[in-house]
Amino acid sequence: MTLPVSSPDPGTVRVLTADGSFAPTPAAEPYLALIDALSDAELEGFYRDMAVIRAFDVQATNLQRQGQLALWPPSFGQEAAQVGSARAARPQDHFFPSYREHVVARIRGVDPIDIIRVMRGLTHGGWNPFDPKNGNVHVYTLVLGSQTLHATGLAMGLAFDERSGTGDPERDEAVIVYYGDGASSQGDIHEAMVFAASYRTPQVFFLQNNQWAISVPVATQSRAPLYKRGEGYGMPSIAVDGNDVLASWAVTRLALEEARAGEGPRAIEALTYRMGAHTTSDDPTKYRTSEEEDSWRARDPIDRMRNYLLSRGASEAFFADVEAESAAVAEDIRIRTGELGGLETDAMFDHVYSDPHPLVEEQRQWFAGYEASFDGEQEAS
Amino acid sequence: MPFSRALNAGLRAALAGSDRVLLMGEDIGPLGGVFRVTEGLQAEFGDRRVLDTPLAESGIVGTAIGLAMAGFRPVCEIQFDGFVFPAFDQITSQLAKQTYRHEGALQLPVVIRIPYGGHIGAVEHHQESPEAYFTHTPGLRVVSPSTPNDAYWMIQDAIASPDPVIFLEPKAKYWQKGEVDTSARALPLHASRVVRRGTDVTLVGHGAMVSVLLQAAAIAESEGTSCEVVDVRSLSPVDYGPILDSVRRTGRMVYAQEAPGFTSLGSEIAATVMERAFYALEAPVLRVSGFDTPFPPAKLEGAYLPDADRILEAVDRSLTY
Ligand SMILES: Cc1ncc(C[n+]2csc(CCOP(=O)(O)OP(=O)(O)O)c2C)c(N)n1
Repeated sequence: MTLPVSSPDPGTVRVLTADGSFAPTPAAEPYLALIDALSDAELEGFYRDMAVIRAFDVQATNLQRQGQLALWPPSFGQEAAQVGSARAARPQDHFFPSYREHVVARIRGVDPIDIIRVMRGLTHGGWNPFDPKNGNVHVYTLVLGSQTLHATGLAMGLAFDERSGTGDPERDEAVIVYYGDGASSQGDIHEAMVFAASYRTPQVFFLQNNQWAISVPVATQSRAPLYKRGEGYGMPSIAVDGNDVLASWAVTRLALEEARAGEGPRAIEALTYRMGAHTTSDDPTKYRTSEEEDSWRARDPIDRMRNYLLSRGASEAFFADVEAESAAVAEDIRIRTGELGGLETDAMFDHVYSDPHPLVEEQRQWFAGYEASFDGEQEAS
Repeated sequence: MPFSRALNAGLRAALAGSDRVLLMGEDIGPLGGVFRVTEGLQAEFGDRRVLDTPLAESGIVGTAIGLAMAGFRPVCEIQFDGFVFPAFDQITSQLAKQTYRHEGALQLPVVIRIPYGGHIGAVEHHQESPEAYFTHTPGLRVVSPSTPNDAYWMIQDAIASPDPVIFLEPKAKYWQKGEVDTSARALPLHASRVVRRGTDVTLVGHGAMVSVLLQAAAIAESEGTSCEVVDVRSLSPVDYGPILDSVRRTGRMVYAQEAPGFTSLGSEIAATVMERAFYALEAPVLRVSGFDTPFPPAKLEGAYLPDADRILEAVDRSLTY
């Protein structure tokens, strides 16, 4: 069995080493000015985002174990790729996540309880991406790769309507779409790249290569580094250390700016690692070694940023504050999950169509009568 | 033995029986599939007999077609019902039509295993019953075992079939135990079977619904109504013999299925029974189905899926004619 690709090649953009020292790779050169301009508050914000979402993620995993959720797909280990890319966008940008981008959703304003509701089996989605409070974050999909075509279509629409490429970065809109190394084998993603390149969409394809598609190593999906595929479709493509939040941020920032300026789509491969199980139904001990897991734990994105911040003189008070906030967010989600009510069965018949549909309405009526017949029995007995 | 182990044993027998048999799918190797149906088979037969494929359903089925052309007998695993659709084009436009297109010169002995149906409280795309899409496609055979013994034998028969077979595995049954007689097959692949005798109403269904029908029949019995239960087993072609015989004796029939009712397997079987046994019927054939909505969020699946009560309500309605 071939081991997954683990060490970034020299072409990979990275600024922080595993121990948190600032040591840019040659490929990081074009991004250093951007990173230099980041304020202390922004840097600390990256750390805060990552730490808070990890606490949320641990809490959600526990809630699943306690039978509160049907399923949980942890984001454990992928925080830097997600925070970096999400913070790189502008408010008007559009997000098409897969099913693991919890911190992306949170950063853009989606209430994490909305994700919990999906995984608790109360809804298939339910939030409106275009409601300003949800920051243009589209609903999760579980069909791998589908969303890349939707993202491309939306980006085509932006281009056709001249909502991008006007030269005003404050107004021009761009799209970012997330998918995994496994998903990259799906035909939809190849077709999305063809359309995106043909129509020069204002779009970034953001691949998180976390080394595994459930139990299948990335070598089964691709024998060439995945970022190189973008080149084949005619778009500039970059590999970044996805456990380095600064590099992830800078690479996405520039790619989005170029895309929004009308220069066409960009592809990014973030090299990262899923430190936990694929979902709460998975058992990683069946397919990977603890040595491999340990080697990646040593590259933990949160520890790395923490060390960097410490080296820059971040205060104990700051870390204490983040810890308190993390605990509060986790506790809040635990409480609110417990408070989530059930569902009226009638909800099943809602929104199948936008216009009333006689068949569905007939079944709604029938079912209401059917259920009421039991109430009668209970009263009678 | 449990249903999933029976499938595992059937697959093992087929792999051992012919080195042309291949298993292919996502996560079927070291993990043994997300339902562990292929557990241990890669270790036993090697990674050229049991292939962990790239994550691409169209690719799995499309290459299985080519492998079959090269003389292999591929058995594809689709991880969940809702993920068969990326492969839908390859299944319906290619796999189903090769033999016809080649005027019989080519056979495509490809099996596509699909865990299907509800009762497991899962998220979207993990609980669907897509059988009607496949039964509507000429050139495909579609079967669904409901017991471990059938699982063991039917998978071997499906692999032996010269035609493409869509093999629907009711997820709700994976952990259910039952006797497996490895010495003799009970019935041919395309036979339906009476699983309970009765005289007043014929209950018909497939997959996980069979045990719900049996449950309903037991309750009906205690209320003085005798129900016969028929397991369709083969969804295409349907073996109408036992169904019609039964209906001719009882005069009444209820079909139950998890899939939405509109243009469903139950609709087809109901129409055929009305055509062929019209004078024996004392009531219209009734259908109990999932509703004509997408499979709802998990918290509503109990309301969506036909249960014994919904079946008994239809039995009562049938008896009022
Ligand atoms: C079309 C389709 N096929 C199969 C699945 C089942 N499945 C869910 S996640 C997954 C692995 C995905 O791996 P990857 O794309 O690398 O993303 P990751 O989960 O590692 O983030 C599989 C096979 C699915 N959701 N959709």
